Amino acid sequence: MAHSATSHNETSHGAPSHNAKGHHGFSHPTPVWQLIAVFLALIVLTIATVAQASMDLGNVELIASLVIATIKATLVILFFMHMIHDKPLNAIIFLSSFIFVALFLGFTLMDADAYRDIIELKTILPDPPANPMQ
Amino acid sequence: MSHDHAADHGHDHPSFLAHHFDDPEQQFDAGKLGIWIFLVTEVLFFSGMFCAYALYRSRNPEVFTFASTFLNTKLGAFNTGVLLFSSLTMAWGVRCAQLRQRGGLVLCLALTLICASIFLGVKAVEYTHKWDMGLLPAHFYLSQYAQTIEHHDWAPFKELVGQAHMTWLTKLCILPGLITIGFAAWLFSTLKSKERRKIEVAGSMLLTALAFFGGIGIGRVFQAAEEAAAAHSTDHGDKHAATDADHKHDAASADHATAASADKTMLVSTDSQTKIGAPSIEQIDQKGGAGLFFSIYYCMTGVHAVHILGGMVVLTWLLVRASKDVFHEQYFGPVDYVGLYWHLVDLIWIYLFPLLYLIR
Repeated sequence: MAHSATSHNETSHGAPSHNAKGHHGFSHPTPVWQLIAVFLALIVLTIATVAQASMDLGNVELIASLVIATIKATLVILFFMHMIHDKPLNAIIFLSSFIFVALFLGFTLMDADAYRDIIELKTILPDPPANPMQ
Repeated sequence: MSHDHAADHGHDHPSFLAHHFDDPEQQFDAGKLGIWIFLVTEVLFFSGMFCAYALYRSRNPEVFTFASTFLNTKLGAFNTGVLLFSSLTMAWGVRCAQLRQRGGLVLCLALTLICASIFLGVKAVEYTHKWDMGLLPAHFYLSQYAQTIEHHDWAPFKELVGQAHMTWLTKLCILPGLITIGFAAWLFSTLKSKERRKIEVAGSMLLTALAFFGGIGIGRVFQAAEEAAAAHSTDHGDKHAATDADHKHDAASADHATAASADKTMLVSTDSQTKIGAPSIEQIDQKGGAGLFFSIYYCMTGVHAVHILGGMVVLTWLLVRASKDVFHEQYFGPVDYVGLYWHLVDLIWIYLFPLLYLIR
């Protein structure tokens, strides 16, 4: 496989100018400090989400954990997945999937909510045993 | 050497450039668009399971509060950290490929593989512990409180495992054990041949296989600590326990190592009794209640684990190619694409962890 090494050297230093943008060609190597900073931020946010789960926040808790997860996801998408340097088309395509996920979940939950009175847990679960705890 | 002429002229193709592309950047962009579209299908695929989760949780929040007490938060958090670290090494690997650091790339890919293996090892401990307790998908689910498990003669477990005299964990270790022996043998043979690149690959693969058992060890340490803490807490604290459920609590905790969850469980029962029409703990602790939660749990985490396995296969392929030094600033697409996939798998876990493990 030594031939690829030769061909690489020739392309990066050779004549074709249309694919030689700067030293690294078309790539955008992420600086090491940025990678480590993102990783540390993700770890801190993981600790934060575990900490908030151990507090009794009630209904806010689900929202809080989802907000933290979304911040983590944003960090991963922007820096680890390089979306910050990516073509806008790629970003639009990927983010559009979340629109469809939102439609999917949103309409399903709306529908479930509309029929909440008709379909209750008791229809899913069997009748309580003959000797209930109360 | 026969390729020396390849890149002398802009119109000729270097060996890494497929003939239907004009230049390496076009090739890279085409591949990148393809992998993003693949990731879209992955997101939509997983959204089906998230939809099932949201639907079931919105209707039966009590079931989730009850059932998630059987999940070990520490193991989940540890695995989250392992996956995040593997994402770091993967992203660093992409950087190494772009800068043509062959050794760095091999190291990063090997570390990513090792992390994936640790993740699966910890997961194996989590899964087998639940199987031993009868925390199985709906059809096989064994009620944890109503039917006391003191006799250990519950049907599905005995039929499936009882006769084999082997724990689930031992069974799960057979295949990885064979794979470890295989890689060890391969490493031994490459050491004889003294080909450095093959030794690198074989060594990385052996470490990856061993990391699975490392993960099992870590998982068992965490599990043992949890059980010790649970035993301690049942000795001293029944303060929260609702009086009407005390005898159930004692009967169950005698057999259960997850008694740490018992306090929480009792909170559930007291909370839910106050609500009109809320199900009792016995209603929740059924195939159709908590059992359905575990169906969703196994489906989501299982499909995620299959994605980890698939990622390990492509990472191995990358490792072999990286050791041959084929990646550089004009051709790092495969590393980048696999990286994107790997980060998506990490992304799904970022949502799975709080949604499954951190419910109160």
